[in-house]
Formats: sequence, structure tokens, C-alpha cells
Amino acid sequence: MDSISLIGMASVVTAGLTVAIGSIGPSLGEGRSVAQALSSIAQQPDETNNITRTLFVGLAMIESTAIYCFVVAMILIFANPFWDHVIAK
Amino acid sequence: MQFSRWQNLLEILVKGMQNQIKDISHQETGIYLPFAGTLFLFIAVCNLLSIVPGYTPPTASLSTTAALAICVFAAVPLYGILNRGLLGYLRQYIRPTMFMLPFNIMGELSRTLALAVRLFGNMMSGAKIGAILLAIAPLFFPIIMHALGLLTGLIQAYIFAVLAMVYIASATRAQQERGQKQEKKQEEKGEKSNG
Repeated sequence: MDSISLIGMASVVTAGLTVAIGSIGPSLGEGRSVAQALSSIAQQPDETNNITRTLFVGLAMIESTAIYCFVVAMILIFANPFWDHVIAK
Repeated sequence: MQFSRWQNLLEILVKGMQNQIKDISHQETGIYLPFAGTLFLFIAVCNLLSIVPGYTPPTASLSTTAALAICVFAAVPLYGILNRGLLGYLRQYIRPTMFMLPFNIMGELSRTLALAVRLFGNMMSGAKIGAILLAIAPLFFPIIMHALGLLTGLIQAYIFAVLAMVYIASATRAQQERGQKQEKKQEEKGEKSNG
């Protein structure tokens, strides 16, 4: 197998694995935090504004790990430096 | 007296932003409103404009979001020094101990990176997903995802502004808390002397 097809295969497979595995953790975390926030709102409806704002900020923090994985996958597919190097040769 | 529609809209926007800033920072909103408000309005308009066909939102480019994140990165020490003085601001880096200095600096840098990549990733993924769905399941399904993208865009603008405000508040707050504690002590003393 020459290096072009090897690099292409490796990057596509790795990109899929990156998103698949990288989304497990953040989704579990987001589910937990939303469930907790909902039960808190049910207990204290007066504090809805505070809880919602903190929830959004926290969700953004949690989500950023998934976004990192997505960006890495996008780099692997669309802007892969190794692929460019092999093609340019 | 009759208010025009535009004045109503602007008042709602400005008042809402002022309330949010006040909730986050527990301070006067005067010097924070221009910065945080501009961030929010710019990003929100950029993200909402993605509904125009064939228009890539500026926030789907890493250059724009990196520039915005660098603005936040520069504004945090600026407001911190304005509020607490140079030494007071620098002292928070060696808190609680001297050994935390490298971690504090790394945290400052990594949250700037996170700010840029988060906005970029969200907006770019919206555009990419729209394009991919248009290729495999045309016309109806992409519209739903696009409508969802509008919601995501507005939330991302809100999150960016709120996070910038949270960072600024954390750089400016410590002194204020100390001030409040002193006030409380004085009040307690006053109550004791009164009682």
C-alpha cells in the first residue's frame, strides 16, 4: 500500500473515531448537568434565571471538549498537513 | 409621550444586557457595557446572518473568532488593572500560593483558545452540517437543522459575551469582596456599639 492511500485511510478512520469517542464524555456530562439543573429549577422556581445562566455557561464549558474533537476531525479530513505533504511531493 | 419602535428595541437590548452584567459582576455596569454589549451584538448579528443563502457567517472563520478572543484576552487585565491597580491585579496570579503561577498563566491562555475554538467550531459545524444534509437529504431536513442553527448561534453569542464578562468579573471581583467584608465588619461593629 503506498503512502497516499495509507494516510488517507488513517485520517478518515481516525476522524470518525475522534468524533465517536470524543462525544461520549461530553454528552454524559451534559445530560447529568441538565438533569440536575431541571431538578433544581423544579425545587426552586424563583432561582430559574440564575440556574439557567450558570447552566448555559457550564454547558458551553462541557461542550468545548466535544468541539475540540470535532475541530480535530475536521482538520484531519479537510486540512491534513501529512496529506498535503504527500500530495505535494 | 410616544416611543418609536426602534427606541423600544434598543432599550430592551441595553436594559437586558445591563441586567445580565449586573447579575454576573455585582458591580456598576458603566464601563463593562460597551465591551460586552459590542461582543454580543456583533456575534449575534454575524450568527443570525447565516440564514441568508450563500452567506458564510464571519464567525465560521477561525481568524474572526481568534480576534474576538484576543480582544477578551486583552480586556481582562485592562479592566483588572483599572479596578484593582497593577500590583493588586498581578497578585491574583500567585494566589493561593506561588506554585500556582504557571497554572494560572496556562489557564488564562487555554481559556482564550477555548473561547475562539468553541465559537468557530459551533458556527462552522452548523454550515458544514447544512451543506452535507443538503447533499444527502435535500430541501426539508436541512431547513430544520438551519432553524436549530439560528438558536445555536444566538446561544453562542450569549455564551461568548457571558464568558467574557465572567472572566472580567473574576479579575475585578476580589477587591470588591474584601471591601464588602470590611463593610460587614464595620456594620457588625456598629451594631455592637449601638447594642
